[in-house]
Amino acid sequence: MSAQECTFVGGAHVPPSKSLTDKVAIERCPAPAMVYIPMSMHIGKPAKAIVKPGDKVTLGQVIGEAGGFVSSAVHASVSGTVVGIQKRYMPMGMISDCVVIKNDGLDTLCADIKPRTEAEITPELIRSELQAKGIVGMGGATFPTHVKYAPPKEGARPIDTIVLNGIECEPYVTCDHRTLLESTDDIIQGLKYFLLASGAKKGIIAIESNKPDAIALMEKKVANEANIEVAVCAEKYPQGSEKHLIYATTGRTVPDRGLPGDVGVVVDNVGTAVAACKAIRDNIPLYERVVTCSGDGVTKPGNYITRIGTLYSDLLACAGGAKGDPGKIVSGGMMMGFAVNSLDYPVIKGTGAVLIFNQDSPFSKHVPEHNCVRCGHCVEACPMGLEPTVIVDYIKKQDWDGAESVFCHACVECGSCAFSCPAHIPLVQYIRMGKQFIGGKGNGGHNPFYKL
Amino acid sequence: MEPIKEPKPLVLLSSSPHMHSSNSIEGAMRDVILALVPAIIAAIYYFRVGAVMVMVSCVVSAVFFEFLAEKVMKKPVTIKDGSAAVTGLLLAMCLPPTFTVGLSIVGAMFAIVLGKMIFGGLGCNIFNPAHLGRAICLSSFPQQMTTWVIPATAIAAKGVDATTFATDAVSTATPLSIMKMAMQTPEAFKQLPSIMDMFMGNIGGSIGETCVPALIIGGIYLIYKGHIDWRIPVFYLATVTVITGIYGTIMGYPSLFPLYHLFGGGLMIGAFFMATDWVTSPITNKGRIIYAIGLGLLTSLIRLRGSYAEGVCYSILMMNMCTPMIDRFVRKVSFGGGAKK
Repeated sequence: MSAQECTFVGGAHVPPSKSLTDKVAIERCPAPAMVYIPMSMHIGKPAKAIVKPGDKVTLGQVIGEAGGFVSSAVHASVSGTVVGIQKRYMPMGMISDCVVIKNDGLDTLCADIKPRTEAEITPELIRSELQAKGIVGMGGATFPTHVKYAPPKEGARPIDTIVLNGIECEPYVTCDHRTLLESTDDIIQGLKYFLLASGAKKGIIAIESNKPDAIALMEKKVANEANIEVAVCAEKYPQGSEKHLIYATTGRTVPDRGLPGDVGVVVDNVGTAVAACKAIRDNIPLYERVVTCSGDGVTKPGNYITRIGTLYSDLLACAGGAKGDPGKIVSGGMMMGFAVNSLDYPVIKGTGAVLIFNQDSPFSKHVPEHNCVRCGHCVEACPMGLEPTVIVDYIKKQDWDGAESVFCHACVECGSCAFSCPAHIPLVQYIRMGKQFIGGKGNGGHNPFYKL
Repeated sequence: MEPIKEPKPLVLLSSSPHMHSSNSIEGAMRDVILALVPAIIAAIYYFRVGAVMVMVSCVVSAVFFEFLAEKVMKKPVTIKDGSAAVTGLLLAMCLPPTFTVGLSIVGAMFAIVLGKMIFGGLGCNIFNPAHLGRAICLSSFPQQMTTWVIPATAIAAKGVDATTFATDAVSTATPLSIMKMAMQTPEAFKQLPSIMDMFMGNIGGSIGETCVPALIIGGIYLIYKGHIDWRIPVFYLATVTVITGIYGTIMGYPSLFPLYHLFGGGLMIGAFFMATDWVTSPITNKGRIIYAIGLGLLTSLIRLRGSYAEGVCYSILMMNMCTPMIDRFVRKVSFGGGAKK
């Protein structure tokens, strides 16, 4: 391991708690009898459903067309019959149209899916295929990947570096760790396609130092690649945050309100690289992903290849069922994921983990908020160099201009502040609410529940 | 109508993050009390029964007055978080060992009710409650607050009958007041105790402020646990040392003059336990450095040129007033340069 570990200023030392699943090889979760595939599981415009009840669909067939440039296609994750299109809540709280497909159990592959030859692959093809095959950021943000590789505007800085994010600083989540170990070649191939599409000269695969097995394997595999290197990053939360990863690996700082493209960098998750590799080389759309099902409320914690649209309850059944009464269900990681009220939500493209904790787990206990004692732990922990307690002060007073004057918008909602706060103030929740009000010009944005 | 069924155990819905560090107010207060244990032991060793009486009466009455105030104000009772006990203990640490139980209780009432509860409880106070209590005591009972006794150990060494200690304490002057006199009449410097006695705390002074190693151990423990920022004590002590050093050199005082200032009075306990109070110190690193240097300047100014021999308490209260202003003007530069707008 290299002596120099890249890192950033601020952050918190969050216990990784990955031992439940980091040695468990990826298994396949059987396709459920019914899948619920949301049309809006990416940032941007929802896809337009192009199937209707009664239609027969095959595995990998397009069922939703991209609704615009910043949008992505959606594919059937099983073969069978469309039962209907229903509105369902997403784990994030919004409502999306879901295409419900009854599985015929045959997994008949769509007729269009044929592997490509190397000669067919051009930057233009990669860019169009990324959208057509529904590739979005699989680290959780679900930003459509093809947008990042669109040719830069006139005069903009060209992309010169691609960073693959294999950090996975979220506690309990191990899907990227296992992907690094088990799909190493696909990751490197995906990175090569990204380099080809963007014309970038250098690819960096960033791995946190708590995954020595993945680092060793990856360093061995890229030893002969001239333009690809492995960057070992210090174990600190939120090392996997896009802006902080760029700073740690390239020393560049993404400007306020800026995008990674402004400093000539594109960051993609390793899971996205695998999906892109399959989409381009094998022509297979994104219809399944690795999901970590873990927590003390799961009988057989593990990493499961799960079809998009599988309900959490089906995934949990595959993981041996619940152990005790669930007291907390988290969709995504412990630091940035969403707590949900039931197992009745579908796995979407950004779902890296479903974590289930028992009633008696400390995570299932509500800790009341105390007055701020101005200890400054949140200021120290903020990787964005903000003063969370000051922002929250303004938000509590409903002074939206004041909150903006202390850079409320720059918050990446990583949760380092609330993690460190001895008074247990849900700082991120306040800041998120403040952003909604600022964005919605004082009326609570799109969320009808925000009323003060 | 059907009877309402008992609901299944519910799942907790909350905003991210769903994990929390072990930081808590209770834990921090416990650590502060733990950090004060060496100083408590030193206090009991040097000042015996007097120290115990003051400490017990301050802590018990501080907790009681917090309970009472919260009942009267119809607020949730928060005595379990330990902050009232810490305030009471810190107040006791800066009272003289001859202070009576009755006055200690009055002092604790000032600290808790006027120092903290009137502003809305922990987190809302402007001034360090313990030092506010001490300042009110100092102006209300100047006679009792400035009567100092020789430590029990020193009495034994001097051959004074130890039994007289409890009833008729042997009064003395603090090294700082000796130095104050010596600034007019330099021969008074000869009355100063040895620097070793100063360091170990074998001198007259407030209960908990004399034993320097005990306070430093406690302070380092708090820094190690991450409860306080090293910048405040380091910059505070350094500023006082530099200023008294320069002043002493110009005025031709003995070369140990700055060390007597460093070890004397409430500087050590002030730097490690009072100035670092979460609520009343700035939240940014840069702000804390400004605050600590301001403390050093004010303390030196009062000690060298003021009419009081001791300036730690008032300088901390004055810088507490400046904290909101420091926080307002010292802003962090956000990652990505947002603050340069």
